[in-house]
Amino acid sequence: MYVAVKGGERAIANAHRLLEHERRGDRNVPEIGTEQIDQQLSLAVDRVMSEGSLYDRGLAALAIKQARGDLIEAIFLIRAYRTTLPRFGFSQPLDTGRMAIRRRISSTYKDLPGGQVLGPTFDYTHRLLDFALAAEGDPAAPVTAPVDTEAHFPRVTDLIAQDDLIERNPPADPAKPVGDLTREPLAFPADRDLRLQNLARGDEGFLLALGYSTQRGYGRNHPFVGEIRMGEVEVEFEIPELGLTVSLGEVTLTECQMVNQFKGSLTEPAKFTRGYGLSFGHCERRAMSMSLVDRALRADELGEERKSPAQDEEFVLSHSDNIQATGFVEHLKLPHYVDFQAELALLRQMRREFTARNSDHHPEAAE
Amino acid sequence: MSRTAENYRGYNFAYLDEQTKRMIRRAILKAIAIPGYQVPFASREMPMPYGWGTGGVQVTAAILGPSDVLKVIDQGADDTTNAVSIRQFFEKTAGVETTTETEKATVIQTRHRIPEAKLQGHQVLVYQVPIPEPLRFLEPRETETRTLHALAEYGLMHVRLYEDIAQHGHIAKTYDYPVLVAHRYVMAPSPIPKFDNPKMHESAALQLFGAGREKRIYAIPPHTKVVSLDFEDHPFEATKFEQPCALCGATDSYLDEVITDDKGGRMFVCSDTHHCESRRAEGHVGRLGTPAAPVTEAAE
Amino acid sequence: MSLAGFDNPVLDQQATFRAVMQALAEPGRILPAGARVGDASPLGPVARAIALSLLDFEVQFHLAPSLAEAEGDITFHTGSRRTDRRDDAEFAFVTLARDALDLAAYAQGTPDYPDRSTTVIIKVESLAGGPAMTIRGPGIAGTRRLEIPGLPADFAAQWAANAGRAPLGVDLIFVTNEAVLGLPRSTRIIEEAR
Repeated sequence: MYVAVKGGERAIANAHRLLEHERRGDRNVPEIGTEQIDQQLSLAVDRVMSEGSLYDRGLAALAIKQARGDLIEAIFLIRAYRTTLPRFGFSQPLDTGRMAIRRRISSTYKDLPGGQVLGPTFDYTHRLLDFALAAEGDPAAPVTAPVDTEAHFPRVTDLIAQDDLIERNPPADPAKPVGDLTREPLAFPADRDLRLQNLARGDEGFLLALGYSTQRGYGRNHPFVGEIRMGEVEVEFEIPELGLTVSLGEVTLTECQMVNQFKGSLTEPAKFTRGYGLSFGHCERRAMSMSLVDRALRADELGEERKSPAQDEEFVLSHSDNIQATGFVEHLKLPHYVDFQAELALLRQMRREFTARNSDHHPEAAE
Repeated sequence: MSRTAENYRGYNFAYLDEQTKRMIRRAILKAIAIPGYQVPFASREMPMPYGWGTGGVQVTAAILGPSDVLKVIDQGADDTTNAVSIRQFFEKTAGVETTTETEKATVIQTRHRIPEAKLQGHQVLVYQVPIPEPLRFLEPRETETRTLHALAEYGLMHVRLYEDIAQHGHIAKTYDYPVLVAHRYVMAPSPIPKFDNPKMHESAALQLFGAGREKRIYAIPPHTKVVSLDFEDHPFEATKFEQPCALCGATDSYLDEVITDDKGGRMFVCSDTHHCESRRAEGHVGRLGTPAAPVTEAAE
Repeated sequence: MSLAGFDNPVLDQQATFRAVMQALAEPGRILPAGARVGDASPLGPVARAIALSLLDFEVQFHLAPSLAEAEGDITFHTGSRRTDRRDDAEFAFVTLARDALDLAAYAQGTPDYPDRSTTVIIKVESLAGGPAMTIRGPGIAGTRRLEIPGLPADFAAQWAANAGRAPLGVDLIFVTNEAVLGLPRSTRIIEEAR
């Protein structure tokens, strides 16, 4: 007697209960708090906020806890939550030139107004496991210096622009609102605003690999880090009814401006061009990768031959989103037995036909 | 479980916000007016993964009303895990009545099958679609395929299918078999077996297709010509099975192959669980079935 | 004058949409409207319900001269903006008895995106009793009779031109104060009214 398999609501419920149990781990170990995640795994929180496109440290920390540290799963939780939020409007453009700098480096000038500020960086750490961290213990307090409230950190690209050696940023066009790919499906070719939005939400690993490929000759565009800056920027919101602009608070951002070569054309003299990267929080790797890919995607605009993956707009923008990617890759574990059955039947038929053909052609062998 | 139920409190009827529903509804109206054409829509991130039915779920959420009766199937079955999960989602967020009976449902969301029972005019069949572009396996670029559709230039597809015939003697496509809708657009029917293709033709029910990750919605209105692509000398042939369902004896349904032991033992049973159960309830018995459904005890 | 919105926006909008959806899926069939709201609107309660259900800040609408007064009401309830250009509007509203009907003037879509076209909502006195035409196409088993009174004399010619642009073209929703009837671009008039 045969009993058909039942997928069953109970099986699902029990699996989820087991998942919660495993998430908690050994109950003799203290439970991790979302505040601990926010404070002590802060770069994971930054990545989840960036790719989740929602600036909320508490929610990102909660998502990381719920996802057991699987950051793509955490990003997914944030995205799904974000979709349900009503929209009140759009902030004023952020001015990263007025950033309260915590880190700022340039690889193009040894010194410049405002100076180089290393800030909290892994750079120049020796990647040696610090076994002392395995035990608890407070690190030494950071060294401080008096804050120079007059300090001014002009953007390196603005300094280069003073000599007209770098392309101008296109002026804002109030008649052409900035696109939003979460409200309008992406169509190709896409303008730079949509491309940048896509990259800003894109998977860090994907951006990193593509950016890396441009350095290895697949869409080479000779980058210099004009500047990386990280710090706090104020978010302002205009209330037209009241005719005033209010501050909503500040966000931490990482901005990378790559300066790239451009040989010029018949109509334009040689000048530097820009690749731009921006990220929530302190995500230097993703801001740098993004700026490399942004520049590579400008191939058409700058009259460069498009022949490498990083220059291929449709390829890059269609595969950068890890929530789409993980969903479709993982959907392969859903039942496919109807299609598989169809393939099985065809395969069997083709093999029968193959056998029949071969025995026709070689009657002596068949006997 | 109580924690999960708690999470849904505060969400709108059928989960989606009204603005999103309006956007999807506008796309659905265009899709119906242009049968087989893939309408781009601003697909939202859903609380389930892309590739797991987010397109179908968005379409269902946009059309569903409180008087609807919803059926959800995956691989033809109401009890497959993803079908159970999606049905629960709508029970929680819309509180609609759900059913496993094809005849009782007003909205049927499906993945990979069309029910065996003939659908009626008051019913809507919502397909979950992974890859909506029928030309995608020939041409990966959206910019190219969009132009091909605009020009109704489907020669590439015919060449490809004919290559199969030249090489294998027949078209080697067994599911997601492309169709021509209302003499105009070549359309991907989603990965239903080609066995189901004829059911789309002149169906009395409205058929809606939702592809969430690829952000496309398309439709076949009721009583619309849907022709599986073929050639005069190689007409389309739906898959036929050599044996009846082992449980209900049906000879006209799509069958799943079930491996029963590790010595080559296998049996074939209806993939449409409701069809099979109702036939058994009517007294039809297959080789390995018993008259009364469902069976509760496993045999030795 | 300010008119009220739906009593139950979520359910009324769903019902309104479902009626319109069914109307386009079964061209030429007279279906009860899903909801009615605001009898005093120049749009009438059914066209207004459709406006309140399908319009929002993401789309623009056009009003034929007879309905110009409805602008403030629609904008207030939906956030949608009126446009002067018929070929810029996702939705357009017309009173059959009082406005000229020129289907070619609306957005027709493009070969790449035939969906970027106008849906025209046409207010009529009645959906039955006019000269009979026979229609055919997707959504119709065999043929169906269309008997909308008061269509302009060149309607069949305009509709044939619309069909000639297929898959581009406009879609029509005829409404009375109680009912809706859809005429998508895929429908053909095969026998003209005499």
